Amino acid sequence: MTTIEASPARATEMAAGPESRRRTPGFVADTWNVMTRELKPMLREPASILFAMVQPLVFLALFAPLLPDVGTGSALQWFVPGIIAMTALMGASMTGSNLTLEMNTGSHERLLVSPLRRSALLVGRALKEVVPVLAQGILIVAVVTPFSFDLHPVGVIVGLAIIATFAVGVGSLSFALALVSKGQDWIFWTVQQTLIFPVLLLAGVLLPIDDGAPGWLRFLGDLNPLAYIVEAERALFAGTFPAGTVLAGIGAAVGVAALGLVVGLRTMSRAD
Amino acid sequence: MDTTTGRKSSGPVIRTSALTRTFTRGKQTVEAVRGLDLEVHDGELVALLGPNGAGKSTTLRMLTTLIAPTSGTAEVAGFDVVRDQRAVRQSIGYVGQGNAAAHQQRGRDEVVSQARAHGLSRSEANRQADELLETFDLTEHAMRPVSTLSGGQRRRLDVAIGLVHQPRLMFLDEPSTGLDPQNRVNLQEQVRRLNRDLGTTIVLTTHYLEEADAIADRVIVIDHGLVIADDTATALKAGLGDLVSLGFARPQDASAAAARAERLDGASVTTTGTSVDIRVPHGRDLAPSLVTDLASTGTPAQRIEVVSATLDDVFLHLTGRSLRESNQTSTDSTTDEGEAA
Repeated sequence: MTTIEASPARATEMAAGPESRRRTPGFVADTWNVMTRELKPMLREPASILFAMVQPLVFLALFAPLLPDVGTGSALQWFVPGIIAMTALMGASMTGSNLTLEMNTGSHERLLVSPLRRSALLVGRALKEVVPVLAQGILIVAVVTPFSFDLHPVGVIVGLAIIATFAVGVGSLSFALALVSKGQDWIFWTVQQTLIFPVLLLAGVLLPIDDGAPGWLRFLGDLNPLAYIVEAERALFAGTFPAGTVLAGIGAAVGVAALGLVVGLRTMSRAD
Repeated sequence: MDTTTGRKSSGPVIRTSALTRTFTRGKQTVEAVRGLDLEVHDGELVALLGPNGAGKSTTLRMLTTLIAPTSGTAEVAGFDVVRDQRAVRQSIGYVGQGNAAAHQQRGRDEVVSQARAHGLSRSEANRQADELLETFDLTEHAMRPVSTLSGGQRRRLDVAIGLVHQPRLMFLDEPSTGLDPQNRVNLQEQVRRLNRDLGTTIVLTTHYLEEADAIADRVIVIDHGLVIADDTATALKAGLGDLVSLGFARPQDASAAAARAERLDGASVTTTGTSVDIRVPHGRDLAPSLVTDLASTGTPAQRIEVVSATLDDVFLHLTGRSLRESNQTSTDSTTDEGEAA
């Protein structure tokens, strides 16, 4: 281990007050800092995105073939949008576990003592969810396009934008849950696992919640924002733009994002 | 000296007044810090010493804006820790008990991100990161995941991250806990150099007596949330005096010698059988003449041992408990403190 050297040049610099050359970063700069920091591990190890792809690919390979073709197109055409929504929900809901880890190892504390705004610590993290969602969405579409999946680029782009918005909200909620769990892993995972499957099943991702479903199940499905998003995705991925369905999907995604950010920001400022 | 932060060159860098923090756990209220009045001046190297749960870390967490005081005030670098949190955060460097770098990150990325958070330009942040990584001998490990670094390497990275904006005031919470002796000594050396060569004011907490003794100019002993001593380590030990232990052939010689030793200024004497323990200021200097004196009065000492006071003796004297034992018996109090925080 070497030692700290105080070269004359450095000492002069110190005496001049290095702060004088610095600009206090604003909210946007802070948020960008937090977001890019969160993305760094992924950037350094791009293969990590592929690990998250295993689950959706298993569903595509082992579950999709069981589905019958529907009137409007292939089973894959119907299934892929749901799987992309599922991947986004899974990834974004688990993202808070990183914060739990950081709370336990100490880096979260370091960030709290840094000049970074509390709001930026939350918003930057939440916005970062957009990147894995888009990357995974594009990968899934690329994988299924050679099979019985018709690619409608505009619909896919709008669809991914909706899912990304949704993921920002879910990511925010996941970070709020991590903060409330105070670094206790088991609390985080118990709550996350308890909530994730009802949301997933009630969105009709694996099987449609159609008229044959019991009334109470359809009622619960109607309360689930992800159900509207998945319905919009299916229309968009099929290259259709039914205004009501798409707007309902956008509304649900924006609603979840807004709710997530509000809850996240409140939790962040209270955790102080 | 520093116009941007509005810090005055005169006046203390840290000033607290009746600083108090209580934690409520269930129905129990614990006063972790009780009415702390403290002044630290520019360029000082101060160690807060005390057993686990004494309130050292709670004090540090209030000064670094991590927790708010229950009552009382604290100014750090001229800013109030409650009203001017951001200004305080911009002015200080902090090395906490945990790791500053997230374990899934690369060390260099974390140093750069911290520099950017402090408003360094991209190029300046990169330059500063490379320089610090070089200084702390971390260059070749800079692009490895932090989780794969050794404990010593991670601790050096923590300090590098704390220093990236060249703070004039640095807080270190238990910096050497968990380090092996070699790394501990190295870290202490770096902290000392930082203070001596760059004039950085340093406040650190420790429950290692040797550490406080070795590096700090000023030792503040804290117990049960109160400051019980505040002086240089040398003065604290000198105040207590050295321990001169004498052994005699017969118990009556011992009691005769004890009677003579009582006459020494500030001496406290205890006799057990044939041995006499004399705690006296400057005992090392007085011992030779005492031994000659005893020989000439017909009660020659057969054995002599002189032990300088340690900070543990000081702590024992002040609290009636040994700091070493306090550390062993109350290891869970810091976790309590941490959770409550």
